Amino acid sequence: MPRARKLLCRNVWKLYGPDARSFLDQNPNPTDADLSEVAMIGAVRAADVEIREGEIFVIMGLSGSGKSTLVRCLSRLVEPTGGEIEFDGEDLLAMNAAQLTQLRRRKIGMVFQNFALLPHLTVLQNIAFPLDVQGVERATREARAHEMIDIVGLKGREDNFPRELSGGQQQRVGIARSLVGEPEIWFLDEPFSALDPLIRREMQDEFMRLQGLLHKTIVFITHDFDEAIRLADRIAVMKDGRIVQTATPEELVLNPANDYVAEFTKHIPRGKVLSIGAIMAPLGDGPFAGDLDAACRVADVADSVEAAQRPFRVMQDGAPVGQVDAAAVVDVLIGRPRT
Amino acid sequence: MNWRRLTTPSALFWWALLALTWTLSTYSFQLYKALDARWIIRFPKGWQLNFEGWISSAMKWLLEDASFGLFTFQELTRFISAIIEVPYDAARALLADGFVRGLGSNAVDIAPPLSWIAVTALMVLLARYAKGWGLAALVGACFVYLAVFGQWDSAMVTLASVVIAVPIGVLGGLALGIACYRAAWVERAMRPVLDLMQTVPIFAYLVPILFLFGFGPVSALVATVIYAMPPMVRVATVALQSVPPEVVEAGHMAGCTKRQMMWKVLVPSAAPTLMVGVNQVIMLSLNMVIIASMIGAGGLGFDVLSALRRLDIGGGIEAGLAIVVIAIALDRVSQAFAGRLPDAAPARGANIAQRHPYLVAAALIVIGTYIASLALPFVQDYPERFTLTTSAFWEDAMRWINITFFDTLDTIKSFFLTWLLLPVKRFFTGIPWAWGIIAAGLAAARVGGWRLGLMAAVMSALIAAVGLWDKAMTTVYLCGVSVLIAYAIGVPLGIWAGQRARAHAWVGAFIDTLQTLPSFVYLIPVVMLFRVGDFSAMIAVVLYALAPAVRYAAHGVRSVDPQMIEAGLVAGCTPRQLLWRIKLPLAAPSLLLGLNQTIMLALSMLVITALVGTRDLGQEVYIALTKANVGQGIVAGLAVAFIAIIADRMISAMAAKSKERLGLT
Repeated sequence: MPRARKLLCRNVWKLYGPDARSFLDQNPNPTDADLSEVAMIGAVRAADVEIREGEIFVIMGLSGSGKSTLVRCLSRLVEPTGGEIEFDGEDLLAMNAAQLTQLRRRKIGMVFQNFALLPHLTVLQNIAFPLDVQGVERATREARAHEMIDIVGLKGREDNFPRELSGGQQQRVGIARSLVGEPEIWFLDEPFSALDPLIRREMQDEFMRLQGLLHKTIVFITHDFDEAIRLADRIAVMKDGRIVQTATPEELVLNPANDYVAEFTKHIPRGKVLSIGAIMAPLGDGPFAGDLDAACRVADVADSVEAAQRPFRVMQDGAPVGQVDAAAVVDVLIGRPRT
Repeated sequence: MNWRRLTTPSALFWWALLALTWTLSTYSFQLYKALDARWIIRFPKGWQLNFEGWISSAMKWLLEDASFGLFTFQELTRFISAIIEVPYDAARALLADGFVRGLGSNAVDIAPPLSWIAVTALMVLLARYAKGWGLAALVGACFVYLAVFGQWDSAMVTLASVVIAVPIGVLGGLALGIACYRAAWVERAMRPVLDLMQTVPIFAYLVPILFLFGFGPVSALVATVIYAMPPMVRVATVALQSVPPEVVEAGHMAGCTKRQMMWKVLVPSAAPTLMVGVNQVIMLSLNMVIIASMIGAGGLGFDVLSALRRLDIGGGIEAGLAIVVIAIALDRVSQAFAGRLPDAAPARGANIAQRHPYLVAAALIVIGTYIASLALPFVQDYPERFTLTTSAFWEDAMRWINITFFDTLDTIKSFFLTWLLLPVKRFFTGIPWAWGIIAAGLAAARVGGWRLGLMAAVMSALIAAVGLWDKAMTTVYLCGVSVLIAYAIGVPLGIWAGQRARAHAWVGAFIDTLQTLPSFVYLIPVVMLFRVGDFSAMIAVVLYALAPAVRYAAHGVRSVDPQMIEAGLVAGCTPRQLLWRIKLPLAAPSLLLGLNQTIMLALSMLVITALVGTRDLGQEVYIALTKANVGQGIVAGLAVAFIAIIADRMISAMAAKSKERLGLT
């Protein structure tokens, strides 16, 4: 069942250059050549995104692909040159500064790549900062900040200053600060890119744990395809300001829209992405070693399928839809092309 | 040496320019005789523009007739005087004079000023708060020195001016910096104004201010604030602009209003850099308060000035040392604030003494010393009996040096005069004005394109047109020689220090101290040793302008990419080759910036050396100051500023080119 739509952006453009807006008005769909002719830079081009309530939507792209600009358009930190953005059915671009401030205070939280903590405030004060600017009284906001400190596991660090913390700890503060106002939508701009690989892994787990607790609507920016695959419900791949493909991780791996996307998916351990349903063969006569749900990831059930002498029956919504045997699983795990 | 480099077309241009200039300079007199054309060596009187007169009459009109409808200009200046005078009188009463009611002989003492013990203890407390006991001990020693050596009263008058000027300078600079940050057009409009304010010599500020506000401490304060504010505007603008964009975005996403953004996000994040600006305002204020003793600021500057006029060696050195001591104390404390880490939040439920230990201690000191002074007079005023004076000692020491080394000093002086100063002077002052304008234009066009060339030519022509050509050339010659020597000493010193960590620490500390000293102080020993004249002026300028040459050279050598050095080592460079082939070429942009700064400092000091009898533009400004001739002062001041601007733009263009060539942009 499709979930309710939270954030919708239609044909959003962000051009940098002199008189970008009137240029786009005259020429609503400029090509590369049009742009380079007037020395205009197309940071975001014709972006269509629909983000549904409670999903983790990952925007993936290499540096310079426009992913950070797109997320800043969504939060209106950057003013889009053209297009429409709807937040909960409201026109985001029509809001004035005061309405925007109110929206950000109540409904949006954001985490930044380099943490963006205020150097003169302690951990506690940094986390309480969004409530402070809303005028929430000190005892209330600090109590709330203490709750957040417990949730992100920073107990005992309340009175430290950011510079006294490790990178991972600083980002925990950033996360706590972005969540203290109980936002409905949560933007994370490459939150783990500045961290060491081991810490990054740990923070990803932490992030999934938090999401299991909070069920936010999430827009997550990354340049790391592995990270995108690991975390996403759906992924939008960006290149040169355009969204190349929007799909679930499995669809991306199975049906990359072009060579560019295929290049990323090639090196992904497919067993962790593909579901049994995607590799099953037509249902045979049996006998079967047991039943598996079509949505299971191949890697999760590989051991039992391989160990069994017979194929497993694949079930979807209580009905048998196919079968899967050890050979099919091994093909996926070692990356052999399917015949 | 690579001879081929001296014969490239670009080098040939410079050789030709130099040769032509030299020929014209040497034979200008003969040329004038042969052609019977006096205009060659003298700018014709008939063509002269009377800017002086125009400015003077404009100022007169401003002061006597100008009106903004509701009030006249004079009322405006009086109003400004009044609002400055109130806090200044309060500060002076607090630190130096004591509080009185009534006037003249009817005055009744209400309360004495803060006692010397109280001021010293408060400064110690401030230093302890800013850094620690080490700094507190240094600051304490500085202030005890002032009391013991009998400089207390003058020092407190000086300090009172600084205490008033600094907050005005800092807040005004911050406000303008915020305006620059918020609106790009304000910054664009402000930049040339700031450039001009920082290149116009100090004395030139004093003339119109003296004219508008009259002789006295208020004028001095106005001049001080105007002089000390520009760096704060620059630092504040840069500090706000360099707050990481993500931090600003985090502020937006937290839902900050515009005002919350400024005061809760931007200014606190930029605080450490802003404190650098505050430090600069303090040091420049002190420098200016000393110089402004010429228009009635009083205090230590006045002591030095009158000692210089009387050739009272001992007194001059004593007051000069007191200035040094105050400068060091103020500099170290304000620098410590820049590096200070915020306090941890106090525990909840703490009492007032636990929450504000320093404020409580300060209040206790003030009350305690006041009560103690009622019974014990030495608490209030340092007892005169125990005052030490070193005046006689300095007098003897100087006499001894002058007698013992008279021949040596005299030889040095005449050597420099004969072989360096006079030939260079002859060269520059001989250049016919018309060719000078063309040569300046050609040289500038060569390094920075025709726009720069045009600007240089127009500015030189203006200098000639107001009849200041000869004086300007004297300024160029003295400045040139001083910069040459400062650079020749400073760059090797900087390179040496840049390659050795320990030497760098020592040289750095020495240079830092040299730079915190108000420019006035440099004149004292120089005059004592070499009497008045160009040579003394040159030494003072060299000492003052040495710092940037050393600092930029050291910085340039140190900031060469270590990989480049490793590459050189692997290629088998000797240390000497490493320096000449790798470090110096890569440090070239930095060396050029150092040259630029050296020239700027040299020019600003050169104007002050008018006090020791130079005959350049500085003297012109100084004479204007003594006659309160606004037109003369402003015109001569602008002439100095033009020279500075031409030099600055040319060297900046060269630095930009060399950066581009090295791919360092």
